[in-house]
Amino acid sequence: MVHQYKLNGYNIVLDSCSGSIHSVDDVAYDMIEMFEDHTWEEIVNELLEKYKDRDDVTKTDLYECYEDVLELKESGQLFTKDTYEDMAGTFKERSGNVIKALCLHVAHSCNLNCSYCFASQGKYHGDRALMSFEVGKRALDFLVENSGTRTNLEVDFFGGEPLMNFDVVKQLVAYARSIEKDKHKNFRFTLTTNGMLIDDDVIEFANKEMSNVVLSLDGRKEVHDRFRVDYAGKGSYDQIVPKFKKLVDARGGKGYYMRGTFTHFNPDFTNDVFHMADLGFTELSMEPVVGKPEDETTLTAEDIEIVKEQYEILAKDMIRRKKEGKPITFYHYMLDLEGGPCIYKRISGCGVGTEYMAVTPWGDLYPCHQFVGEESYKLGDVFNGVSNDALRDEFRCCNAYSRKECRDCWAKMYCSGGCAANAFHASGSIKGIYEPGCELFKKRIECAIMMHVSENEDE
Amino acid sequence: MKRIKTLKTRNLCESAKKGGCGECQTSCQSACKTSCGVANQKCENVAK
Repeated sequence: MVHQYKLNGYNIVLDSCSGSIHSVDDVAYDMIEMFEDHTWEEIVNELLEKYKDRDDVTKTDLYECYEDVLELKESGQLFTKDTYEDMAGTFKERSGNVIKALCLHVAHSCNLNCSYCFASQGKYHGDRALMSFEVGKRALDFLVENSGTRTNLEVDFFGGEPLMNFDVVKQLVAYARSIEKDKHKNFRFTLTTNGMLIDDDVIEFANKEMSNVVLSLDGRKEVHDRFRVDYAGKGSYDQIVPKFKKLVDARGGKGYYMRGTFTHFNPDFTNDVFHMADLGFTELSMEPVVGKPEDETTLTAEDIEIVKEQYEILAKDMIRRKKEGKPITFYHYMLDLEGGPCIYKRISGCGVGTEYMAVTPWGDLYPCHQFVGEESYKLGDVFNGVSNDALRDEFRCCNAYSRKECRDCWAKMYCSGGCAANAFHASGSIKGIYEPGCELFKKRIECAIMMHVSENEDE
Repeated sequence: MKRIKTLKTRNLCESAKKGGCGECQTSCQSACKTSCGVANQKCENVAK
C-alpha cells in the first residue's frame, strides 16, 4: 500500500506495509503513481509529453528511474503487499489475558470545574469518590497477578484530580516499590494533574517516583481560563503556571508533557503550543476536545480544515526551531523511524480492554478511562477479576483490520485502527470509526514524516 | 538513485520475526489519553 503526498515542497512516498519512506522528485513521483497500473510504454509516453520542456527527462533517463522503482519493489521497499492481517489476532491470542497497564482513578473529584471535561468534572457521571489505599493496593496486586512475564508495568494516577488523594498515591507507590523486586517487575508511574495542588512535597515526590508527569495547560491565558476555572468561575492559569514551571525546572530531564485541549473556540491551537514554548516548556501535547456533536466546544467541519492547516504550520515552525537550536517536542510528531514499534504493536490495537484497563475508586474495571461511567462497559472488578469475558473478547478483536473503513487506509500501521472510545462516542460502536479523528490523525502523520524528510534533505 | 532518496527506517516485515514481546508502553498512556497512536511509541524489546 503506497501513500503519496506533497507537503512543504517535498514529494513524499510512503510504503505503508514495509514502513519505507522515499523523498522523490516530480518525475519519480509521477512514475510511482503510474507504476502498478500502466505499461512502460504508457509511462514513458506520458512523462515525455509532460516534461517535454526539460532537458533532463529523456527516454534513457526515464528508464533508469523505472529500474530504480523496480529495484525498490523487488527489495520490499515499495508496493509491499499487506500480509499482516492474520498476525493481528494471533498476537493478542498469544498474550492470553495479560494485563500490563492500569489507569487508577484515585479521585472522582476535581478542584476545577472545566465544562469541556469528558469526565464531567471528574465524577464520570457518578458520585464524587476517592480511592482507598485498600482498593488501590488490590488493584496493584491484580496487575502483578495478571501481568504474566511482562516486566514493565505502567500505572497512571488519574482522576478527576489525583492530587486530591495524594496521601493514597504516595502509599500506593511505596507499596509497589516494596513488591516489585520480588515479583520481578518494574513499575512506571505517571501522574496527570491540573496543577492546583502542586507544592514542594508534590514536586519532590513526582520527580523521584513518576516516570512521566502530564500537566494540563491549554496554552494562552485567555484560552486556558475560558474553561479551566474553579467552582467560583475564576481562571486557574495564574495559579498553575508558576507551579508547573517549578516542577519542570526541578525535574532534571525526566519525562513530562504539557498537555492541552483545544476546542471550537481555538482551532488556531498552534498559538497555544507556541505560548507554552515561550513559557520555556519543550515537551508539548495538544489534543482535540472529545465531545458530542451538539456541544458548543466540539470542532465543526470548518474547524477541522483550520486544524489541518495548523498542523502544517506547527510542523514547519518546529523545523525552524530545531535549525535554530531551540527544538520543541510535539507528542504526535514523535516518530522514531528506526527504533519505533514492531509490526505486532502497529496492528494489534491500543490494548484497550485487554492489556490496559481503568479502575474506579471502588475497584470496578473498565476497558479504559474513557469508558468509565458507561455501565454496560464494566468488565469486572479488581477483587474478582474480569467477569465479562464476552466484552473483553469484543475488545480483543479490535485491531487495525477490524473496521472495513481501515482496510485500504495507509495510516492503519500508525493508528492501529484508532481509538475505540472515540469510535464508540461517534458511532455507538467500538467497531465504528470517528472520521474527523481519522482525518486529523492522517494529517499529523503526514506532517511528522515530512519533518523527517526535511531533516534528511538537510544532512 | 538520481531521483529517489530513501530514508533509514525499521523494516516492518523483518520486525515480525522477533517482534511482539509486549514490553512497550500501552498506546494511550503518556500524553494523549483521548486518541490512539502507536507509531510514536518506543520499541522496548531487549532481544531485538
